[in-house]
Amino acid sequence: MIINHPILGPRDAQEFVYLGDESLMARPDGMAPDAIALFHDYLYLRDNPAGEHRELWYHEQGDRSWLVVTRNTVTHEISKVELARDVARSMGRST
Amino acid sequence: MTQINRIAGGLIDRSTMLRFTFDGKSYTGHPGDTLASALLANGVRLMGRSFKYHRPRGPLSAGSEEPNALVELRSGARQEPNTRATVAELFDGLAANSQNRWPSLAFDMMSLNDRLSNFLAAGFYYKTFMWPAAFWEKIYEPIIRRAAGLGSMSRLEDPDSYDKGFLHCDVLIIGAGPAGLMAALTAGRAGSRVILADEDFRFGGRLNAETHDVGGMPGTDWAAATVAELSTLPNVRLMLRTTIIGAFDHGIYSAVERVSDHLAQPLPGKPRQTLWRIYSKHTILAAGATERPVAFENNDRPGIMLAGSLRAYANRWGVTVGDRVAVFSNNDDGLRTALDLQAKGVDVVAVIDSREGGALLPGIRHLRGAQVIDSEGRLGLKSITVRLANGKTETINATALAVSGGWNPNLNIASHHRAKPKWLEAIAAFVPGEGGPGNLTAAGAARGAMSTHAALSTGQSSALEVLDALGVNVKATALPKAEDAPVAITPLWHVHYGNGRAWIDMQNDVTVKDIKLAHQENFTSVEHLKRYTTLGMATDQGKTGNVIGLAVMAELTGRSIPETGTTVYRPPYTPVAMGTLAGRSRGKEFKPFRHTPSHQWAMEQGAIFVEVGMWLRTQWLPRADETHWRQSVDREVLATRKSVGICDVTTLGKIDIQGTDAGTFLDKVYANTFSTLAVGKCRYGLMLREDGIVFDDGTTARLAEHEYVMTTTTANAVTVFRHLEFVRQCLFPDLDVQLISTTEAWAQYSVAGPNARKLLQKLVDQDISDAVFPYMGAGNITVCGGLRARLFRISFSGELAYEIAVPTRYGDALIRQLVEAGKEFDAIVYGTETLGVLRIEKGHVAGNELNGQSTALNMGLGKMVSKKKDSIGMTLSQREGLNDPNGYRLVGVKPVDITQALSAGSHFLEIGAAPVAGNDGGWLTSMVYSPHIGSHIALGYLKAGDQKIGQRMRAVNFLNKTDVEIEIVSPHFLDPEGERLRG
Amino acid sequence: MANAELKPLTALGHPAPTTIEIGGCRIIERFDVALASLATRRGREKDVAKAGKLAKLVLPGVSQSITSSVYGAFWLSSQQWMIEAPFATHEDIAAHLKSMFADAASITEQTDAWVRFDVSSRNLQPVLERLCNVDVAKAEMDFATRTVIEHIGCYLIKRGADNVTLYGPRSMAASLLHALEIIAHSVA
Repeated sequence: MIINHPILGPRDAQEFVYLGDESLMARPDGMAPDAIALFHDYLYLRDNPAGEHRELWYHEQGDRSWLVVTRNTVTHEISKVELARDVARSMGRST
Repeated sequence: MTQINRIAGGLIDRSTMLRFTFDGKSYTGHPGDTLASALLANGVRLMGRSFKYHRPRGPLSAGSEEPNALVELRSGARQEPNTRATVAELFDGLAANSQNRWPSLAFDMMSLNDRLSNFLAAGFYYKTFMWPAAFWEKIYEPIIRRAAGLGSMSRLEDPDSYDKGFLHCDVLIIGAGPAGLMAALTAGRAGSRVILADEDFRFGGRLNAETHDVGGMPGTDWAAATVAELSTLPNVRLMLRTTIIGAFDHGIYSAVERVSDHLAQPLPGKPRQTLWRIYSKHTILAAGATERPVAFENNDRPGIMLAGSLRAYANRWGVTVGDRVAVFSNNDDGLRTALDLQAKGVDVVAVIDSREGGALLPGIRHLRGAQVIDSEGRLGLKSITVRLANGKTETINATALAVSGGWNPNLNIASHHRAKPKWLEAIAAFVPGEGGPGNLTAAGAARGAMSTHAALSTGQSSALEVLDALGVNVKATALPKAEDAPVAITPLWHVHYGNGRAWIDMQNDVTVKDIKLAHQENFTSVEHLKRYTTLGMATDQGKTGNVIGLAVMAELTGRSIPETGTTVYRPPYTPVAMGTLAGRSRGKEFKPFRHTPSHQWAMEQGAIFVEVGMWLRTQWLPRADETHWRQSVDREVLATRKSVGICDVTTLGKIDIQGTDAGTFLDKVYANTFSTLAVGKCRYGLMLREDGIVFDDGTTARLAEHEYVMTTTTANAVTVFRHLEFVRQCLFPDLDVQLISTTEAWAQYSVAGPNARKLLQKLVDQDISDAVFPYMGAGNITVCGGLRARLFRISFSGELAYEIAVPTRYGDALIRQLVEAGKEFDAIVYGTETLGVLRIEKGHVAGNELNGQSTALNMGLGKMVSKKKDSIGMTLSQREGLNDPNGYRLVGVKPVDITQALSAGSHFLEIGAAPVAGNDGGWLTSMVYSPHIGSHIALGYLKAGDQKIGQRMRAVNFLNKTDVEIEIVSPHFLDPEGERLRG
Repeated sequence: MANAELKPLTALGHPAPTTIEIGGCRIIERFDVALASLATRRGREKDVAKAGKLAKLVLPGVSQSITSSVYGAFWLSSQQWMIEAPFATHEDIAAHLKSMFADAASITEQTDAWVRFDVSSRNLQPVLERLCNVDVAKAEMDFATRTVIEHIGCYLIKRGADNVTLYGPRSMAASLLHALEIIAHSVA
């Protein structure tokens, strides 16, 4: 596959390491009173869609950026590639 | 033997004679020949035995679709089984042998199978080798294995090398026949980056096999002129002998270039083949078409061949397959074979045309409405039996029969993304369907445009479409004039007369009867048909047989062919040698080696090395009088504990962490706290995964207010860095933290033992007394009169110990300095074995304990997890299941009888308990012989281990068959109070 | 500076760097370059640019490299660069840079983390296309990227039509050179 890196342009997927669902960025607050339940859901409940999936890829043999890649798991079509840091900021993780 | 079947013409160089052998017999041929064309020229039709029934076989085709003429090419270590004689280029000295026969090709004992064919029908294996179960491993499997397969392996190491490479283009054109050449010319002239790849060793495709004119000249001349122009264009890359073997996602294609297969052996330093990964924006599939036979009784005899192939042998190679040639066709294209051979003066004895009515060929016995229903000739065709239109049968003497059942577009690559081919009635064949690889279009015969004109026209139009998509505006030019005959076909898939076997899949010996049996037993879906009969499952993937098999099944079920379905093809398009896929990554070159800074010094000392990931680390350093590794390791351990030992620890990962939020960041990634660490100090850190399991450990030092250096285990250096980047970018995107690895920048040595400070003080320019540089101190120093260095007072051994780092280029010099300065202390250098003994004696965890299943609590480090802050893994480490008071705890283990050995992996059992899973108390993770204790010692995870200190148990190992009485002790075998390391 | 007792070794383990010529391909081990990474601290882009200007050190854009009389640089990742300088004058390059960039950037010595090979050939493309997936032919001059050569993570900088610089992990210097030599022979 080719991942169209938002900074570097098209790069071979062989240069990347796959992690998993974008929701892994939505880490709960460990100091919350119900933290164990929140972390359980965060870590173990995951969708496994046949179709569009927003997933985390790491450009290990490139600029070391984490990316959110929107990929169709059936056709492998990649419709969007974003810097995970930007997505994290838009999720309100800046503080 | 002379080339008795060589006729005039052909694209061979008759001025040069090449000698070769087949089954030990000598023959001659010419440059331009394949092994098959040269053998046929010499009158050799019999080239192999079939897979299952050991039927005598000759070539069916003249190309890569060949199912029959599979030979063992070359000898010795270069012997390659199952090589298609039809594509093997002849070279002087070539030696080939037939395969799947014993004792000889003409007399094969296993042809007995042919007589037993009634018992060996489809599903035979499934039905026969069912029971008794005990027979499978000892009796059935060995028998089947011996009988299975065709060629044999040399079992010697492949002496050749294989390269890999990467190519980039705007448009990849697969196949260099008229369509591919025209497409390349159009795109190439427009300036696009073009790769034109063809599996053949001559560009031109079908033009080389036909007598058609193109643009007022012979087709071969037009091809040569076009190639000459293309070779002048710097933006066009012409790749001969290059097969595109698969389409992958987003325009990536794999190609195998046979760099040296046409030579006796590769030139020095040159690869045999190169595996290319091609990145293309667009692809034009111009792979042509493959002819299919018509199935009739005994249609597999040597001398019976596809009509287009028989024609190719005559036109391209100047070879006739026999002196009396008959043609059997259901379409007009097959008739060309009769005309071309007649024009070359070959005796065409009859044309059996299954179609009723219509015009007759002039000057040839053209039998309309007739069918070939049987053949004779044990090792080669002698005669055919023809059923005439009037129902009478006639035997015609013929030594070659050309058969044409129509042409199948080579859509294989287009279906590599599971795109279902679609049926095109006009040519009675499948063409590429929707949903194949993106930006791929087919041109020419590959898309069902069968005439030369249609090939040129679609080649040009496909290229224009690609150029348009690339934003290049080019107008169509006048096409060279070429034949434009329509496809005139009346499908005939198999002959209905006769009761004998009619072959469909020649390589896997699948007959019409097998399809009927599959139908009878209700294996009617395509996928079941394929697996039940093995239709299309040979190395040719059914290129010549699949569609006929489908057609027979369609007929039996009363459905149309498209309703019956089709299977899609998979990579590779043609078989690929395993060595090609491995490339240079084999043997000692399987992966790169990483050398430590002391490598050269250690080599000089005769060190024994161990692979740790890619690192080569010193395992131990034997002295001349030591004959057993234990002697060396015991000596190293005792000398370190007594005085001082030196060890290269450069392999540990080092990550430089800077920024105003570096402390906050470390508090997130470590379970314990680092923001409070004083500048000039270091601390042991425990890193958890989010699920509460220990991920990694190491010491991290604070070198300045906003500057830390983290160490990781050797094994996890890469994954820890990845994890840190994840935390930095994805979880806390606005912390002011910058990371970079410095593992390789510093050569780092551990200096441990009571005399460590004395030794180091000889080299370090500053005072490092305990008052100035206390336990867990860290900082920048200089050594040997000014060399920049770092010193960390940390200990993995439990001794007074330091780690000293210098720029890597000085690593070799520093080990030599340390050894020299250490002479007065009898300092030794130790390797990973001693490192292991020292840490186990001290009760430190390492890889065997950091096993991805264990928590800090399991390791006896539960108190390190700070609950006052939110760190990765803190929350879930508190889960009930991970906090069982009777869960695993790290313990030390000693044998009660100190002469008894322990083994890692042994399980804890209570004395007297039965050795069953329910009584399992845990396991021994690490074991060493401790010269300090005077016996084997081990660490282990024992259920409620902290409550069992002092108890006796057993360590049971079923693999070693050992059962040792042990004592559970504290994991700290040595200096539990830590007085030594603070000394 | 160390005293004369300490003899530095190149990444290939020799006192002096190696030059190898195979066919028309020349592989020069460089041992005269000091390296340090420089990463902008949060919100300090302007300070970094200003300090760079004073130091006559232009920090190149994405996938770019620059060379100048003293400092060179190539892009590593967003707001992170590798700085090159002559080893003879800048052995402690990190100290030089820290004095110029102060706390606006995180600076880390990298000199001995890497082995550098300058590879040149009048027919360089056949060599490079058998080593890595970078489209060097199409790349602009001064293009810099991370890539993989025979499992080894490297930086590649296009210095000219016939000339690239490769930085590979120092510990893998021998394996990287071996990979280069094999391919140089293969296309010779």
